[in-house]
Amino acid sequence: MSNITDLKLVELVDKIKKKELSSTEVTIAFIERSKKSKKLNAYISENYENSIKKAKIFDQKPDFKKKLPGIPIAVKDLFCTKNIRTTAGSKILENFVPTYESTVTQNILDEGGIIIGKLNCDEFAMGSSNETSYFGNVQNPISENLVPGGSSGGSSSALAAKLTPATIGTDTGGSIRQPASFTGTVGLKPTYGSCSRYGIVAFASSLDQAGPMTHDVKDCSLMLEIMSNYDTKDSTSVEFKRENYLNNLNENIKGKKIGIPKEYRVDGMPKEIDELWEKGIKIIKENGGEIVEISLPNTNYALPTYYIVAPAEASSNLARYDGVKYGFRSKGENLIDMYEKTRSEGFGDEVKRRIMIGTYVLSSGYYDAYYLKAQKVRRLIKNDFDEAYKKVDAILTPSTPSSAFKIGEKLNDPVSMYLNDIFTVPINLAGLPAISIPAGHDKKGYPLGLQVIGKAFDEQSILNIAFALEKNISFKNNITDWWIK
Amino acid sequence: MSKNNGEYLIIRNDNKYEVIIGLEVHAQVLSESKLFSTSSTKFGSEPNTQVSLVDAAFPGMLPVINEHCIKQAVKTGIGLKAKINKRSIFDRKNYFYADLPQGYQISQYKNPIVGEGSVTLDMPNGEKNIGIERLHLEQDAGKSIHDIDPQNTLVDLNRSGVALMEIVSKPDLRSLDEVNAYIKKLRAIMRYLGTCDGNMQEGSLRADVNVSVRKKGDKKLGTRCEIKNVNSIKFMQMAIDFEANRQVDVIEEGGSIDQETRLFDTKKNETRSMRSKEDAHDYRYFPDPDLLPLELNDNYIDQIKKDIPELPDEKKKRFIEKFKLSPYEANKLVSDIEISKYFEEVSKNSDVKLATNWITGELFALLNEKNIEITESPISSKNLSKLINLIKDGTISGKIAKSVFEIMRDGDKDPITIVEEKGLKQQSDPKELENLINKVIAENPKNVEAYKSGKDKLFGFFVGQVMKNSNGKANPKLVNKILKKKLN
Repeated sequence: MSNITDLKLVELVDKIKKKELSSTEVTIAFIERSKKSKKLNAYISENYENSIKKAKIFDQKPDFKKKLPGIPIAVKDLFCTKNIRTTAGSKILENFVPTYESTVTQNILDEGGIIIGKLNCDEFAMGSSNETSYFGNVQNPISENLVPGGSSGGSSSALAAKLTPATIGTDTGGSIRQPASFTGTVGLKPTYGSCSRYGIVAFASSLDQAGPMTHDVKDCSLMLEIMSNYDTKDSTSVEFKRENYLNNLNENIKGKKIGIPKEYRVDGMPKEIDELWEKGIKIIKENGGEIVEISLPNTNYALPTYYIVAPAEASSNLARYDGVKYGFRSKGENLIDMYEKTRSEGFGDEVKRRIMIGTYVLSSGYYDAYYLKAQKVRRLIKNDFDEAYKKVDAILTPSTPSSAFKIGEKLNDPVSMYLNDIFTVPINLAGLPAISIPAGHDKKGYPLGLQVIGKAFDEQSILNIAFALEKNISFKNNITDWWIK
Repeated sequence: MSKNNGEYLIIRNDNKYEVIIGLEVHAQVLSESKLFSTSSTKFGSEPNTQVSLVDAAFPGMLPVINEHCIKQAVKTGIGLKAKINKRSIFDRKNYFYADLPQGYQISQYKNPIVGEGSVTLDMPNGEKNIGIERLHLEQDAGKSIHDIDPQNTLVDLNRSGVALMEIVSKPDLRSLDEVNAYIKKLRAIMRYLGTCDGNMQEGSLRADVNVSVRKKGDKKLGTRCEIKNVNSIKFMQMAIDFEANRQVDVIEEGGSIDQETRLFDTKKNETRSMRSKEDAHDYRYFPDPDLLPLELNDNYIDQIKKDIPELPDEKKKRFIEKFKLSPYEANKLVSDIEISKYFEEVSKNSDVKLATNWITGELFALLNEKNIEITESPISSKNLSKLINLIKDGTISGKIAKSVFEIMRDGDKDPITIVEEKGLKQQSDPKELENLINKVIAENPKNVEAYKSGKDKLFGFFVGQVMKNSNGKANPKLVNKILKKKLN
């Protein structure tokens, strides 16, 4: 038998249900590999001992009706986990231990999942390379000194390196899909309102959405099924019929109309990415799908719109980290001085940059020109998609304009860093679901992803299209375990 | 200051100034739980015992609207004869303070739940309508306590997140009396509706007061100053009087008024500048992305309308028409829902005229003397109506009734029992009265002589003597009748 950690999530579930493997064996296997992989710096907090205890308890009285029977899972450190430290990658929450559980992690626990640790991420999910984390860079298992993407960089790294059979991230402007693309894994951002935001450290409330990150589309379907539910604790949670995504999964895309937005053919995009896109188009055609040229005319405005809306909300969402109630506090002469010192020392540069941008765009005299204008443009971007979906069932684009870059390469050039999210950001602004699947490699051998964007609440269709693409692409990640010596 | 015809004017060097007042009343919504969380709103609990993770703004916590508070706001809007906005939006008002855990207050800025309405005041020189600009819902902040610990400020978050209705009047108020009447009327309406208990001691009703002055006859409004967070009618009046006079002084000295926020110092009885317009906070309002726009449909609003009880204005009208009360009496009886309830209970079982007189006379005097509310009245409505019936059916005289009332106030005793125990029943037996009268006539032959020779005034003397001899129990009507017969 192959290594336990080489197995995919659905395979592990199957083997545990068939009693070929115990939860304890599986849990220990992933923990052991995680222990040997400290060099990746994927974890911020480990919950190993407790997890093994939980696995043993599960094995004593296994419940095989659960969808994640005793399965170990590491999660992004943006999800509040009861009694497990939750930092959001920030010094300001360095020692914060929640007394409550986020809805999404609760759903995982309820299905028998075991949370083995909390994964590194950009500070408050603000970043595209995991370099803004207070807890240091994360290595991409693909190659040394390569970023794993961000903000769910610890998640993508841990998943690709097989430290966890599946993981969950959050995606505000591409934070699931871009790291998935950079590590040759699958990442899905559900429709806004599909997964509850309750208990997730907020970055930009109108854009944040939790989603699964997995090795393949099947695993992704299973995870989404578990994560997604209507939750009265989140006023933006939407009550809609959630599918049995895994059971309904099929690769038949005959007659499906897939849109190709011409505005996504950006100047200076590497040739490999164009070729990858062509490959995807060809597969869809070969499988009976119909390719339709579409236009999303306001695509160009998505990035500037995003960099007004997201920081505006963040500047307000992060006001609660003031040293008064919990988290880091610096001593001050008086209240204002304490605030200033706490927030100056507690937040990193990127977070401060965005708080300042957000404060600026909401200020009186600038509100109309920036925030209000951005909201209007956001509406136009959404209208573009609504228009397109009158003609097509889904949209196919590359996930990112480039493959993973070196650690440090873009750190001092925020705009170039922001450009990384050019294909993912419009989807968050429109609140739509989108999945990134690995589709090939560039000439350096780094993975590249394709993105399938769906109609609101039609996750099943994009899973099915991704499933068809996956079957025909037969992508293989070349990971050498270089970090284990 | 001069008051004539109810006008409130400030006179300096022959210039007459009119005072323009607008109020932003913060009324705590009567609700078991907070606006966006399930924590209790009970007053007076131990510090920080009614604080949920949402109230303390823990990471990842989200507000969920309390539907009851929405209903209360709509009800109040209907009571203010105001437009109910079917779509309203919750915004974040951003500022840092230790007792504001989120770093922003959730409020309604551009799209409040209730729009324009009006409140009718009964002033001595007639009715006056005060315009309502809007009513919106918002969260209360916590409480900073500076005087317990010498080094630190302590924070109590029990109040954090409690629902408030901010009711903004138009600048229609012109005098301290109108301010008094307006607050009382607003309070009455909300108490009738059960949307705010109006308890000013517990801070359920506070106001920011906007004051400006202008020369009488001017059309343009002067620059206003806002006096923050005044928590009693008396303090509002003191603050306005000080502030209006201060503004007039500034203008008379050739200066101009700066738009600013001021604080009222209740000890020194003066307002002080808190911050100028330039220093005003930039609250960076924007729609709260954690909450969807609030949409109400007609059916919902109609359902609430159906449940609106009779309000003071309608009740007053009914009392005047049905019970033939004077507007003055009716006003007194509808001024508070509990008073009107008490009156209706008493008058249901006894004479309305007597009930009105006894409640607005004896009972109000008693409540005033004891400084208590009618709900704490030592005399129940049931026993008061019994007392009134004893008067009405002639069992006791009005005078005896007053002494019975004196006994009742010390323990809500049944007046019938008191009358029996003390033998206070009116003597109405003509035989017995005749005996008493005969005795008085026999004992005062000189006065009888005098009366018969034309000293009519002496009649009262005989009545008094009879009453005295009967210990006040003789039925005065009958005594009069028999005496007249005997003496003439």
